[in-house]
Amino acid sequence: MAGTPPRTLFDKVWDSHVVETLPDGTCLLYIDRHLVHEVTSPQAFEGLRMAGRKVRRPDATLAVVDHNIATSSDRAAGIAEPESRLQVETLEQNVAAFGVPYFPILDARQGIVHIIGPEQGISLPATTIVCGDSHTSTHGALGALAFGIGTSEVEHVLATQTLLQKPAKNMLVRVDGKLPLGCTAKDIVLAIIGTIGTAGGTGHVIEYAGEAIRALDMAGRMTVCNMSIEAGARAGMIAPDETTFAYVRGKPYAPKGEALERAIAYWRTLPSDEGAHYDKTVIIDAAAIAPMVTWGTNPEAVLPITATVPDPAAEPDVEKRARMQRMLDYMALTPGQKLSDVPIDVVFIGSCTNGRIEDIRAAAKVAQGRHVADGVRALVVPGSGIVKQQAEAEGLDRILLDAGFEWREAGCSMCLGMNPDKLTPGQRCASTSNRNFEGRQGPGGRTHLLSPAMAAAAAVSGHLADVREFA
Amino acid sequence: MQPFTTLTGIAAPLPLANVDTDKIIPARFLKTIKRTGLGVHLFDTLRYDETGAERPEFVLNREPYRHAEILIAHENFGCGSSREHAPWALLDFGIRCVIAPDFADIFHGNCFKNGILPIRLPREICDALIEDARLGGNARITVDLQRQVVVRPSGEEIPFQIDDFRRHSLLEGLDDIGQTLQHAPSIDAYEQRQTADHSWVPAIV
Ligand code: SF4
Repeated sequence: MAGTPPRTLFDKVWDSHVVETLPDGTCLLYIDRHLVHEVTSPQAFEGLRMAGRKVRRPDATLAVVDHNIATSSDRAAGIAEPESRLQVETLEQNVAAFGVPYFPILDARQGIVHIIGPEQGISLPATTIVCGDSHTSTHGALGALAFGIGTSEVEHVLATQTLLQKPAKNMLVRVDGKLPLGCTAKDIVLAIIGTIGTAGGTGHVIEYAGEAIRALDMAGRMTVCNMSIEAGARAGMIAPDETTFAYVRGKPYAPKGEALERAIAYWRTLPSDEGAHYDKTVIIDAAAIAPMVTWGTNPEAVLPITATVPDPAAEPDVEKRARMQRMLDYMALTPGQKLSDVPIDVVFIGSCTNGRIEDIRAAAKVAQGRHVADGVRALVVPGSGIVKQQAEAEGLDRILLDAGFEWREAGCSMCLGMNPDKLTPGQRCASTSNRNFEGRQGPGGRTHLLSPAMAAAAAVSGHLADVREFA
Repeated sequence: MQPFTTLTGIAAPLPLANVDTDKIIPARFLKTIKRTGLGVHLFDTLRYDETGAERPEFVLNREPYRHAEILIAHENFGCGSSREHAPWALLDFGIRCVIAPDFADIFHGNCFKNGILPIRLPREICDALIEDARLGGNARITVDLQRQVVVRPSGEEIPFQIDDFRRHSLLEGLDDIGQTLQHAPSIDAYEQRQTADHSWVPAIV
């Protein structure tokens, strides 16, 4: 159209969802998909009940349990911990009372909310998707505008199917060139966070582009978008392309037949226009990325596995030096120590960052014909019941079990210390999750974030290890 | 929601950057189905040792800061999870205002929904206010949302900015949902348009 300024992917999805713009620029934004889980929803349903309100669009809402539940094979017997049980039971009562579609714990489709949205075709390009969970950014991999909200906003969406929002700024992260062998989407996103910092994307929506992003499969794209929040951005997006369309095709809740063809024709109009404005641009050279691992207690404290633990004495800024020292004290690491020498107690492969079939395949490839090191506990937790079935159909469970890994039921598991899978104080974990904050995996637990292949390499080595040596 | 107009109270200095939501309230305390009662777990790992005893050196365990209503911190406050339990825990403890150089986006939005005022001020000013706060009980800080100023104990006034919509909602204690429902006809019209234009978005049934 003549005269229309060039727009970004984010601008296009945003514009097509504005219901009304208020005088101060705040927009009433329409929400196409609302995903609900047990932890951030009870107070929202209670609010509806107190105000005598209904769920406006149960047919645009899906609830699932993931955070609180055990991932052991005996979980059908019920939840032992009374508070967790109450939270799950509360969700079950709420979905029944408000008519919200729900995947219960024993449904094969149950899983981590951010795994099942795309897997079921509920998350689609060009839609707005929210959930009371910051890693909702994951769904942006499909070219959706997807972001996490608080419980008051959950209630707001349940009641009105809209949110009051100010438009975010646009940030472009372009990853040029080809990723070296042994590196994965996880290494890309850790490298990005290491470059821009944990507040680098605050106030922005990050669009990931460039050859290395285009070359990723959907699982890899989801891993990258998942950790946008660790870079400070509320949402990450990737323009939909043939990879996206092929992924969506045939998913249970995705449009079918003629409706799908119409949708794809529309989705093809989404990529950012030539000359569209970005408030910030960062360019990363994929060829310079190596397998990454975090050494500190926030995700920007990250280095290639070939590096040594940094020395606070070399940091000129007093405040940064103190922060580094605090991280090293918590992590019990010594400056100059080789990262590949750091011994580990636990390995966790799973989470909404790396709990998809592709991740389990990558772990199994390293595990095959090897064995988990003595004294190491290694958990593999599929992101959903469907992922678990698929992995079992491919025989990956056998490979992992034979190698001494635990093969568990779907859930958030050891990503956060909220269910029985927890670190004990002082335990050190190589984890494919997304947060290495103090106590995140259990009080006093120490977390090193890395890719699934790197996690498997650590499991069989008994210490952090360079996966490129396992080819 | 309780309106926020003017607050004069004790401010607690917390000169830390990247205070994440797991620090404000660890995940193990998110199993509640209520909004209240989380104040005892606020900053749990900073506030209590392994045995559950108070760490005497932590600011909120000392007088007069046990009664703090304002918190002053460093960069990127509230980063991490979307858990509204973080502002609920602050509010339950008695904190109605957090001042920092910047905030993580979701936390920032969650504060407003709960009658907590997050104020962004440059780092030097936060540091000056932290010095004021260190003077203790006789050095009260005033936050005046009507006039959009923070008043230091010396009487010096520091202006701050806040979105009109959010300022109005806080001053009046308005609930967002009630306000949005006044726009119901626009939402109805949008849905009709969308059903026609984006008919490919299937219902979840
Ligand atoms: S896997 Fe971890 S990050 Fe993802 S939704 Fe669950 S708890 Fe949150």
